[in-house]
Amino acid sequence: METLGHLAHGFSVAFTPVNLLWCLLGTTLGTAIGVLPGLGPALTIALLLPITYQVAPEASFILFAGIYYGAMYGGSTTSILLNTPGESATIVTALEGNKMARSGRGGAALATSAIGSFVAGTIGTLGVAFLAPVVVKFALAFGPAEYFSLMVLAFITVSAVLGSSSVRGLTSLFAGFVIGMIGVDLQTGQPRFTFGMTELLDGVDVIICAVGLFAVGETLYMASRRYAGKDEIVPLRGSLYMTSAEWARSWKPWLRGAAIGFPIGAMPAGGAEIPTFLSYAIEKKLSNHKEEFGTVGAIEGVAGPEAANNASAAGVLVPMLTLGLPTSATAAIMLSAFQSYGINPGPLLLTTQGDLVWGLIASLFIANVILVILNLPLIGLWVRLLKIPAPQLYAGILVFATVGTYGISQSPIDLVILYLLGAAGFLMRRFDFPTAPVIIGMILGPLAETQFRRAMTISNGDWSVFYKHPLSLTLLTLAFIGLVGPHIWAYVEHRRRRGPEHVPGDA
Amino acid sequence: MLNRRRFLMSTAAASAAGLAGLHLSPAFAEGAPQIQIFVPAAPGGGWDQTGRTMDQVLRSEKLISGSQITNVGGAGGTVGLPQFINQWNGKGNSLMVAGMVMVGAIIANKAANNLTQVTPIARLTGEFEALVVPAESPFKTAADFVAALKADPTKVPVAGGSAGGSDHILFGLIAKTVGVPATNLSYVPFAGGGEALSALLGNQVAAGISGFGEFSEQVKAGALRLLAISADKRQDGIDAPTLKEAGIDVELFNWRGVFAPPGVSDADKAAMITLVESMAKSDAWATECKNRNWTQILLTGDDYAKFVAEDTARIEAILKDLGLA
Repeated sequence: METLGHLAHGFSVAFTPVNLLWCLLGTTLGTAIGVLPGLGPALTIALLLPITYQVAPEASFILFAGIYYGAMYGGSTTSILLNTPGESATIVTALEGNKMARSGRGGAALATSAIGSFVAGTIGTLGVAFLAPVVVKFALAFGPAEYFSLMVLAFITVSAVLGSSSVRGLTSLFAGFVIGMIGVDLQTGQPRFTFGMTELLDGVDVIICAVGLFAVGETLYMASRRYAGKDEIVPLRGSLYMTSAEWARSWKPWLRGAAIGFPIGAMPAGGAEIPTFLSYAIEKKLSNHKEEFGTVGAIEGVAGPEAANNASAAGVLVPMLTLGLPTSATAAIMLSAFQSYGINPGPLLLTTQGDLVWGLIASLFIANVILVILNLPLIGLWVRLLKIPAPQLYAGILVFATVGTYGISQSPIDLVILYLLGAAGFLMRRFDFPTAPVIIGMILGPLAETQFRRAMTISNGDWSVFYKHPLSLTLLTLAFIGLVGPHIWAYVEHRRRRGPEHVPGDA
Repeated sequence: MLNRRRFLMSTAAASAAGLAGLHLSPAFAEGAPQIQIFVPAAPGGGWDQTGRTMDQVLRSEKLISGSQITNVGGAGGTVGLPQFINQWNGKGNSLMVAGMVMVGAIIANKAANNLTQVTPIARLTGEFEALVVPAESPFKTAADFVAALKADPTKVPVAGGSAGGSDHILFGLIAKTVGVPATNLSYVPFAGGGEALSALLGNQVAAGISGFGEFSEQVKAGALRLLAISADKRQDGIDAPTLKEAGIDVELFNWRGVFAPPGVSDADKAAMITLVESMAKSDAWATECKNRNWTQILLTGDDYAKFVAEDTARIEAILKDLGLA
């Protein structure tokens, strides 16, 4: 096979000692910046762009690829241990991951996320190497109408995190919509909900919102209940790594997460967050341990989304390497690095720069192996964080969240927003409103709105685009089944057990 | 080879989280001045690349001993501009990178500060825009596109960057020139070049307008057809007419240049203009510009100030027509 030959050649490029060192440096750095909530891979690579003046193209892309993959690993660590997501793609991980950590299974949560990331990253990278031309065709078939239908499908994931009361859950969701709308409207260039503040024109960063609601809000809540003597953190229960039961519960979510993450990541407007939402919803539906979701923490809810975000990270490279399309901030900056070498990334990149591209793909495989080797022993160290007495631990989380938020754009306004949201998070926790729907609303709301308005502009106001495009219709149908199916199923089950004479409502 | 010290310093700065925008360079040309570059955008974008490339070229040409780059991103530069005006006032060794995008953002955001409050040093580069259609499109020439636009502008959805940005402005200018009311246009804004490009490649829209560099590789590969470019004259190696040649009297460069803060002395201003001019005339700068598809359109001092004023008036008029100002 031709691809195998290319890949073998790629490995010969990546396996030189110098390039291996670059890869090790990149993955270490990536893990570190992934852990910090403020610094993302895009910003880090942008800051390192000047090294392109001094090192060979292969070396710098291997370094960048390592940072990119490493950040995906590192982001989950703080989500799980401190409820402080390092990246927007690891917000969902915090939902179950942090619950697991509190009930003494932090080691298992970290292990399933590291191994799941490895499995999904490897599957995704294989996808980049072998399926890129096919996947990119599928991805380009997605227009605004299809994206909108995908968002509708993603909205059913909200039902998975609504908690016990749908009214409270939906209230949170709509609060998320409002926060998401702050800033200049992309479609018309007009500011919305900015109250005349220049700093709000670019909107509220989703990471600040997640850190504020999850980490700061939770910390304030814990502090307020300290003397009630509840919610003690269990440092570690059972083995450090995963038990065989946990392995059995993890491998299917890994594969499903990879299958969801890779194609959505390859879509130009797919992103890394939506696959994690979808994966979480699916794992919750399919799990045999539904009672663990939101209580002691279900391992499926960590394994699936973690696999999904790593596979989507690989997916993003598909349009970048096959068409020269930057579909994420990180990809855009990597493309500008190509330019500083005088390489114009485009559809001909694979033919004109074969060495570079295949070297990059090979180094992604190596980065994955290095990352899993790097991260598994670290778990023992990480879980020790949970042995820190609660007051010091929570104070540390606050410091960490504050410093990280300041790092995003060195803006004091961001800190004000962080603590306002933290106070909101505290009140929400106190009065039992779920916080996850806020984040989902904040991410999905503006995306759905933008795609909807784009589709309507293109169709000149004709609604039929949503059901006349086969792909869009399929997605809407799936969403409908996802929403109504369980109710019909429950009703049928109910009738079958109780007999046909039973009238619904007199149960 | 890699300069380890510089690299480690950037890395340390990055890891230290607080200093994300700072990039320090060691001095190695004693005697040459040290300058400060203010980039009112996050790292990675066009202004940031302009600043960092300037730093690189100025140092390799031994024109400066080193520079410090500060990034304050947000809202098309209108978050950074007030800081540069207030906190950098009178600092004769400083430059801010800005450009046409900031002119548009100041008008659209109704910002309190504008570019008349800073000291124009030099317009450095520009990127001309391109009008493209998917390879399967029935439009073969710019005239076909204009004919369709005149027949019914709502049936010709055009993809480009954010509303009120350079792509939208060019579309508005084209429509105005051929006599189509700007308010009837069907403009589909996308964030970032990749998304607009994929809408074109996936045949979701009728045409696209963006910086030529965004489309050049797709045009080369035959996936997109180039109808016209917004440059002032035909470009070597580009097989397409300018808009003017195609009968649409519009010329537009998404220009980038540098400004000194307010309150700098005339001597500092003159020295800065000389410094930037020597950089712009170097071979190293020419190579960087070629790699990045930047056209050199050097204009300094008072001529530059006059140009900024004219461009502001033109952009304000078209943004009003588009309903954005």
